[in-house]
Amino acid sequence: METVLFILFGAIAVCGAIMVVTRKHPMASALYLILTLFAVAALFVLRQAHFLAAVQVIVYAGAVVVLFVFVIMLINVPESRLPVERATTTRVLGVLAAGVFILESAVLARRFWMPKGPAAEVGTVETMGRALFTDYLLAFEITSVLLLAAVIGAIALAKRKI
Amino acid sequence: MIAPSAYLLLSAILFGIGAVGVVTRKNVLIILMSVELMLNGVNVAFVAAGSYLGDAAGGVFAFMVMTVAAAEAAVGLALLIALYRLKETVDITELKVLKW
Repeated sequence: METVLFILFGAIAVCGAIMVVTRKHPMASALYLILTLFAVAALFVLRQAHFLAAVQVIVYAGAVVVLFVFVIMLINVPESRLPVERATTTRVLGVLAAGVFILESAVLARRFWMPKGPAAEVGTVETMGRALFTDYLLAFEITSVLLLAAVIGAIALAKRKI
Repeated sequence: MIAPSAYLLLSAILFGIGAVGVVTRKNVLIILMSVELMLNGVNVAFVAAGSYLGDAAGGVFAFMVMTVAAAEAAVGLALLIALYRLKETVDITELKVLKW
């Protein structure tokens, strides 16, 4: 059962990802990105990371993709003014480079030993909360500075006149 | 039972597809989405490694990556809006004022 679900959601994630990078119009890409993000959230659930799956859906599919869709509609580039894509040679070379990378990773992944047991509950609210507020408290607090910097930066960049 | 290497391979595939999008597309919006795909591929590896090794660090790192991805999307899209106002284009090859 677990294997079937893994293959199903893995296939959905990979197909969605391929569609994201091949669609001409960014709106179609954004919608396929949501599909991929949901499939990845399902994979997180398979690894018992329920909290991370929820955060994935809320933050990624909920906030980040909505931001993308908002900007696509805001700047509203007409179909005729979408950029002409690169030459086929460039694209084939890019795919080849990524293929080599994936093959290398596949070889490395087989050599990297991990215990093959059932999923430990490391992504649930309890374990994540305990880790975030004890061992990783400093990193967690500094994250707030990062978010503040991002908010101020985004407003300062997108504002017409400061 | 799924082998850990299956998750790592899936993570590499997602990262690779995202990288293809970054190097082969010209539309800035799609390049930004491909970066999100790459970050998501990394998250799959973090969560899988964390749950197989029984270490909470995997989940925590995935959480941090999500935060950085959200911040990156906000700043990247703000830059894109500022550039679009200036140049009226989303073609990344047109944005070369810093090129010598």
